[in-house]
Amino acid sequence: MSANEFLPWVRRAVAPHAPADEPTSLDATRDSTDQPQDLQRRTLIQLLGLGGLVIAFGAGGVRRLEAAELAAGTAANPWSPHVYVRVADDGIVTIVCHRSEMGQGIRTTMPMIIADEMEADWARCRVEQAVGDPKYGSQNTDGSTSIRDFLQKYREAGATTRALLEAAAAREWNVDAADVFARQHEVVHRPTGRTKSFGALVETARTVAMPAPESVRIKRPEERRWQGKRMPSIDLVPMTTGTAVYGADLTLPGMKFAAIARPPVWGGKAMAVDDTEARKVPGVERIVRIPETPIPGAFLPLGGVAVIARNTWAAFRGRDALKITWDAGPNGSHDSKTYQAALETSIRAPGKPGRTNGDVAAALAAAQRKVSAEYHIPYLSHAQMEPMAAIARVRDGKVEAWAPTQSPNDARNTIADYLKVDKASVTVNVTLLGGAFGRKSKPDFICEAAYLARETGAPVRVQWSREDDLRHSYYHSVAAHRFEAALDDAGKVTAWLHRSAYPSISATFAPNLAGPTPDELTNGASDVPWDVPNMSVEVCPAVAHARIGWYRSVNAIHHGFAIGSFVDELAHAAGKDTAAFLLELIGPDRKVDLSKAGLVDSGETYYGAPWAEQPLDTARARRVVESVQQRSGWDTPLPRGRGRGIAVHRSFLSYVAMVVEVEVKPDGTVLVPRATVAVDAGFVANPDRVKAQMEGALIMGMSNTLYSGITFAEGKVEQSNYDDYRVARMRASPHVVDVHVVESEGSPGGIGEPGVPPAGAAIANAIFAATGVRVRELPVGRQLEGWETRASDKGHAVAG
Amino acid sequence: MITLTVNGARRTFDGDPTMPLLWFLRDELALTGTKYGCGVAQCGSCTVHVAGKPVRSCQALMSELQDATVTTIEGLHPTGEHPLQVAWREIDVPQCGFCQPGQIMQAAGLLQRKPKPTDEDIDAAMNGHICRCGTYPRIRAAIKAAAEKSP
Ligand code: FES
Ligand code: FES
Repeated sequence: MSANEFLPWVRRAVAPHAPADEPTSLDATRDSTDQPQDLQRRTLIQLLGLGGLVIAFGAGGVRRLEAAELAAGTAANPWSPHVYVRVADDGIVTIVCHRSEMGQGIRTTMPMIIADEMEADWARCRVEQAVGDPKYGSQNTDGSTSIRDFLQKYREAGATTRALLEAAAAREWNVDAADVFARQHEVVHRPTGRTKSFGALVETARTVAMPAPESVRIKRPEERRWQGKRMPSIDLVPMTTGTAVYGADLTLPGMKFAAIARPPVWGGKAMAVDDTEARKVPGVERIVRIPETPIPGAFLPLGGVAVIARNTWAAFRGRDALKITWDAGPNGSHDSKTYQAALETSIRAPGKPGRTNGDVAAALAAAQRKVSAEYHIPYLSHAQMEPMAAIARVRDGKVEAWAPTQSPNDARNTIADYLKVDKASVTVNVTLLGGAFGRKSKPDFICEAAYLARETGAPVRVQWSREDDLRHSYYHSVAAHRFEAALDDAGKVTAWLHRSAYPSISATFAPNLAGPTPDELTNGASDVPWDVPNMSVEVCPAVAHARIGWYRSVNAIHHGFAIGSFVDELAHAAGKDTAAFLLELIGPDRKVDLSKAGLVDSGETYYGAPWAEQPLDTARARRVVESVQQRSGWDTPLPRGRGRGIAVHRSFLSYVAMVVEVEVKPDGTVLVPRATVAVDAGFVANPDRVKAQMEGALIMGMSNTLYSGITFAEGKVEQSNYDDYRVARMRASPHVVDVHVVESEGSPGGIGEPGVPPAGAAIANAIFAATGVRVRELPVGRQLEGWETRASDKGHAVAG
Repeated sequence: MITLTVNGARRTFDGDPTMPLLWFLRDELALTGTKYGCGVAQCGSCTVHVAGKPVRSCQALMSELQDATVTTIEGLHPTGEHPLQVAWREIDVPQCGFCQPGQIMQAAGLLQRKPKPTDEDIDAAMNGHICRCGTYPRIRAAIKAAAEKSP
């Protein structure tokens, strides 16, 4: 029995709703449930063997898979195509989505681009989720890369498929190829108006000559049907009816349920386990030790003690009844307060430069006016709504897993390493992800399921509790920042010294790391778009005592908050309006290859792109600032207790500016009634999903700034659930988020992450405008209690 | 043995009476639209209706549910076209979608009580739900859209 029968999204109709501007087709609601069982079970890769026209796109360009390869089915393709499109004889188009869906909409946007270029009828398209396999190239859904790396490839794959179908029609009719064109799932002969459906052309399309790549015509902007317009998600019906399948939603025959007690301190170990009480819990079947992984441990499980049970509740109760004596290991004294003091010491001494322009020391020494400030940002956890869960089965030497993973390839490789089996015997199926934000790029939880499935001989579903999630995350780095700047008589910045200290993500992979490397500064600190003659941006040492990972926008979270806050402090010190000051700081329009303009040890590429191809374009930064300045009513006054803050940031090759309006209640509660956002991300395929990402990033920025913080005492995380790891809720969240998506044909930038970095600073700056209280330590928490009776921090910055 | 009605069907349970309804629905009935997000009444992902009112199923113990009538997201509307479900789709509310069944069940309870809710009614009813993707503005808009369409 294939487990794919449990996967209802396989070959589901792609368009339960018609796109915004298109009529609903009668076909549109047809679902896979109409299909005979045996067909439902077959994935595209199996279908390849059944014929049809199959197009794949890889490093070597677009290719048609020939009959022999089709017959071989899963034939290894050494050229690793990423994208597969199949047109079947009945005209049904199946597109394999090689990236994971976690709320960003890739399962809609990616097939929509291909279908648009193909001139396919959206209602006759199906999406299949790819399993983890090197044949799909990098499937790592991370770093806001899916559209920016693949837009052109999706277009070429779609356009090539269209060209083949057009060529097939020309041959069948024996007419001039210039006289035929594809239109909504058929090819039309212009002079006579004759038509032939895609399905009827498949056989011939398999044998006509492949078009030369340069002859394949990508649609001109005015020919696009859906690209650049709103396209509703293909998963809306399952998501609103409870049938969408996430990590814990599948059940395999004979499946067991597991909960795991993991070492409370990173690098700790269970010394003694008393499971007497745990075994008495009804439904508990077995206790299994999972060996602790020595730190740093990378993507491997932490280890601990697993309770195997007949249902999740029994597993949780059994786990809670375990009595374990832990040895804390080397991080048993990690304490957030002491650590903050250590970071503070670190940033007060020169660090490793990541950017040097002019002579900062001399400029600061000569300056009439100096401003300095320090900022602290705590550890953060992703706290995505779906706690980690994974299912695995080990049978006949083969491992199969089902998991909400951002990176099924990494999961596959890590499972193979962990269980010491051949990669080829590991299959990782990707479910929907109930939020991920970087956490689910780490397959530790999938390895746990695979290990327990092998140990018990039964399929196992591992369920993490919310407490597990918050206590055993890959945390966003705790960070400290220090700035010193000089202002000339005109209030212009002449020197910018920025130092930061935070444990590096690399510490999760390499032991004994002293701190971050200068290239980490290119994630939104050394690449600031400022026009300042003397700059030094430095990283200072910080040793990791917790598992560090990446969380939506990564270092740009703390870089963006600190930089954007300090700019506001500088503007006030200079006696200028912050929006005007920002525009002055950005300076004249120019394009700068930063790798040649002062960056030191900045690495080969910038967000994976060659530096020269992604110059800093200050006009783009200027335009997004002007956009929010104009649309937010920036110059209209607000009463005390309400205020606006502005910030701009560039990360993942996109430029985002925000004006956030806050209302601070007398008890210090902060509400964010409205926000104005402008984003220049180059070409945008699905603008409504971009807007949604900006709304979500702003609200996540509210969480990061106002509420959330992970702290450690005696090496253990002090928070346990959403009551003490607080996140934004409805009442405080905006009623209006006005998002301006800049129209552009430019190369696409990231969308999932770049909205987060400016949000924190814009909120903190708005709080200052509303209350006169400067936020230099996150989260805001209760810092604003009694603000009405406090003296304003206006014009004041930390001396030093 | 506990007998209850779930989405119109009679169901029995003779396991651990301390088991919350959430796990009975998910693990025993495979009604996985009801989600586990926190287990401590903090997030609302597990919201179902018991006797027509929104309840956190992670807090409702099976021992308390003899003869109860339970409706989950799967049973909210026979064809998934409750005005809220329709509005949710028209406004494209979900991002990852994980929290949305709970949000919809809560909002359905609200509209039953208050067919024309004010902003304050919406905040009060929905503040117990977390959407980490940040779909709150669209949830608010969708509730209003559904309310407007109702007579
Ligand atoms: S799981 Fe019940 S409220 Fe969170
Ligand atoms: S849509 Fe993802 S948590 Fe709400």
